[in-house]
Amino acid sequence: MQIELTVNGAPRSDEVEPRLLLVHYLRQRCGLRAANVGCDTTSCGACTVLVNGRSVKSCTMLAVQAAGQEITTAEGLAAGGEMHPVQEAFRQEHGLQCGFCTPGMVMAATGLLAENPHPTETEVREGLEGNFCRCTGYHNIVRAVLAAAETMSA
Amino acid sequence: MIPAPFEYEAAESAGHALDLLARYGEDAKVLAGGHSLLPMMKLRLAVPSVVIDIGRVSELAGIRADGDELVIGATTCHADVAASDLVRSQTPLLAYAAAQVGDPQIRHRGTIGGSLAHADPAADLPMALVALGGSMEIAGPGGQRTVSADDFFAGFFETSLEPDELLTAVRVPRRPGPDWGYQKFVRRANDWAIVGVAAAGGRIALANMGPVPVRATAAEQALAGGASAADAAALAAEGTDPAEDIHADRAYRQHLARVLTRRALEHQTG
Repeated sequence: MQIELTVNGAPRSDEVEPRLLLVHYLRQRCGLRAANVGCDTTSCGACTVLVNGRSVKSCTMLAVQAAGQEITTAEGLAAGGEMHPVQEAFRQEHGLQCGFCTPGMVMAATGLLAENPHPTETEVREGLEGNFCRCTGYHNIVRAVLAAAETMSA
Repeated sequence: MIPAPFEYEAAESAGHALDLLARYGEDAKVLAGGHSLLPMMKLRLAVPSVVIDIGRVSELAGIRADGDELVIGATTCHADVAASDLVRSQTPLLAYAAAQVGDPQIRHRGTIGGSLAHADPAADLPMALVALGGSMEIAGPGGQRTVSADDFFAGFFETSLEPDELLTAVRVPRRPGPDWGYQKFVRRANDWAIVGVAAAGGRIALANMGPVPVRATAAEQALAGGASAADAAALAAEGTDPAEDIHADRAYRQHLARVLTRRALEHQTG
């Protein structure tokens, strides 16, 4: 089935099998490998992308459901090669260890800050409830999101 | 994990969805946000030959007031229910329940109608609808019918929806006061309730205490007779027969039901 959608600001048109998951479409068809397949059960959040600006787990969405929607992956955040404030804050605050959860964390955090530009620490922790870091590096991740919130509102 | 192959039909209207359901019947499953159906399909617990996507049917989404009730379109996502000023002010229990489902990403995709039609007895919204005395608007080839939440849940993951019917909207009475409570006992983040209790206006609904969300009728009757919250809550597990699993045995679930009912009747959330 033919789908038309926008991925990281660029219109695309692709023939896809209905059962193709969005995360596999992004990784295999679009060559965008930031979104990882972690648990594959809507739990870990490693596959988080933005759909029309809202965070979504792309392992639990069909590519055909994305027709007509705007998808943003971590690759789409760094406009003109300059890192997004959330990405920069993750680097500055050491918000990653092995890095596997990082693209999903960054996208969930970006979605969170779009909905709530000035979150408290508790709101950040609750807002990232759907993303697991198996290095357990949550403390610096939360610091990074709070730092990004400050940068973005400055 | 990849679903088995299926044919995909995007419905353009509720009527179109009903036509497709009439054509495909039991071979079809309705897809909205997909956050109950797709995990089942990935595990191949569900293997529909046709998937009817109602996710883009605008007439099935949205929240409005209608007299003493709120009407919430079936494809309204949990995040929109939780954030709605109308729901928060008029039926705060429902806004709170919607905010307890899964995690933010899940609430952006999962829908109120999907959760109710999926009928997981451990889920938040079936319990909330029973506690509120809400009802389901169902469209079918013979027209519309309305089914109370008490009658909608027919068994374990089973509802009174026929294969050619579509859940189009949910009705909940306005219940703006602070006399409600909600308790969801979990061991892990974004998990289902080991036991849940929702209480509002003398009605008490329990999650995961049976194959469907059940009313704690003995406790309700005691309350109506003037019993204290503590005395009524002591009766919350009467007549229940909860399943045993890795999280809890029968006696522990019944204990939780009593403790959580007392907290819910004291208008606590947690």
